[in-house]
Amino acid sequence: MRTARRLLGLAAASCLLCQLCGCSPIEPWVKPYERERLADPIMAFDRNPVSSAYMDHVFEVRAAARGGNGAAGGGCGCN
Amino acid sequence: MQLNGRHRQPRRWLAPAALALVCGLYGTASRTDVLPEDRADALVTHYTGGGQDINGISFLVRKKIGDHVSVSYNHLVDIVSGASIDVRTSGASPYRETRNQDGLNAAILYGKTTYTVGFSHSKEPDYQSNTESFGISQSMFGDLTTVSMTYRRTWNDVYKMLCIMRDEAGACVEKEHDPAFGVKDMDERSYGVGLTQILTRNSILSANFEVITDQGWLSNPYRSIMYADPTSGSGFGLAAEVDPSTRTSNALGLDYKYYLPWKAALDLQYRFFSDTWHIRSHTAQIGYTQPWRNWTFDGSFRFYKQTQADFYSDLFTSANQQNFMSRNRELSAFNSYTVGAGATYEFHVPHAPWINKSTANFRVDHFMFDYKDFRDALLIDPTAHVFAGAEPLYTVQLNVMQLFLSVWY
Repeated sequence: MRTARRLLGLAAASCLLCQLCGCSPIEPWVKPYERERLADPIMAFDRNPVSSAYMDHVFEVRAAARGGNGAAGGGCGCN
Repeated sequence: MQLNGRHRQPRRWLAPAALALVCGLYGTASRTDVLPEDRADALVTHYTGGGQDINGISFLVRKKIGDHVSVSYNHLVDIVSGASIDVRTSGASPYRETRNQDGLNAAILYGKTTYTVGFSHSKEPDYQSNTESFGISQSMFGDLTTVSMTYRRTWNDVYKMLCIMRDEAGACVEKEHDPAFGVKDMDERSYGVGLTQILTRNSILSANFEVITDQGWLSNPYRSIMYADPTSGSGFGLAAEVDPSTRTSNALGLDYKYYLPWKAALDLQYRFFSDTWHIRSHTAQIGYTQPWRNWTFDGSFRFYKQTQADFYSDLFTSANQQNFMSRNRELSAFNSYTVGAGATYEFHVPHAPWINKSTANFRVDHFMFDYKDFRDALLIDPTAHVFAGAEPLYTVQLNVMQLFLSVWY
């Protein structure tokens, strides 16, 4: 009974939070017009996708570690 | 009782969390995101070191179709020639083989959500690989935050090549699949979650966590273990390696970029990796990018360190010392250092008004590997009193060069 009451309370609080979100979305602390530097190509995580895919493959077939960089690959080329 | 308690705990938070997530998505669903830029790249690569030369070419073409879809096609060819230390230790001759890979990817944008789907196929004489991938990413909180989820499945067919004809010098000129080996299957699944967060007007952070599970044939058909054999003249014998048929790994990667006041970028990366073969690794990389007039210069240094797999040994005591045995140097303990430098030159293509931007790029990377327990078996020489297990540790240096052209249209 106590658990059900807690669950109901949390759901009510979440609904209230939703309503607040709907009224006033979270204000970004870096405004869109302040992102000029972040939009510069030198700040891109993957500026040269063909080159970085090749380097990821070189690293991956010569070490045990893999993943964690969001890249997909295939093939072995590892004899 | 404890089990019941554990089961109740997630449920209590699931409904509010789901509602909050829906709330977050609802609150930002009215804005629009962007698709990747239309571009084409042509890359030529040259890899040399460790007894191998690998020359490659790669193309990427990416094009938007309407306002909501972007498709890309990638093709690459690697031509491998030479013989690594594993091939030479086993007594096999240098070889030459070609690997081809084709990949097709699509990104579909709807509001703040981007769906990605991709398929790639890689083929070499003794290895065929297919990969399918799906992903979804969502921008939220005024585009300060992007969360993503990815799923990837790879299934491979592994063969072993048998030399059926040699030339007068002893080099293999014709190979076929070894019927005794047949074909082995390997299946890999990857589950990833990612977060990209704008921190300040000068800095941005990306975090990715990925779990990869493998099942099937995880050994290398060409790699052998070495075991002590006093009855042989060299003091050692060779036997096929046997790896476990399952493996699960976890990797957490962080990438932090900072825009410096004099228009330059600093890049700091770190990755922690662990797997069920008890390999642990740390990767740290620092990069610096400096534009100057039409040029952009890059420099990077990467440090990598890993421990060895449970079943790895440079020299086993016998051919059947334990159930799983490997002398694969990629599963041994080692440190590696990579120094890289690159230059990009932006130029204008005359008589092609549809090209918005074009660059010529050159990059070179120098790798140094210091193995902690992988010895250079080619230096075993009982006549000079260099016996198996006492030969010098193996070190290798590699160079990778890349030359590529990129155009945006």
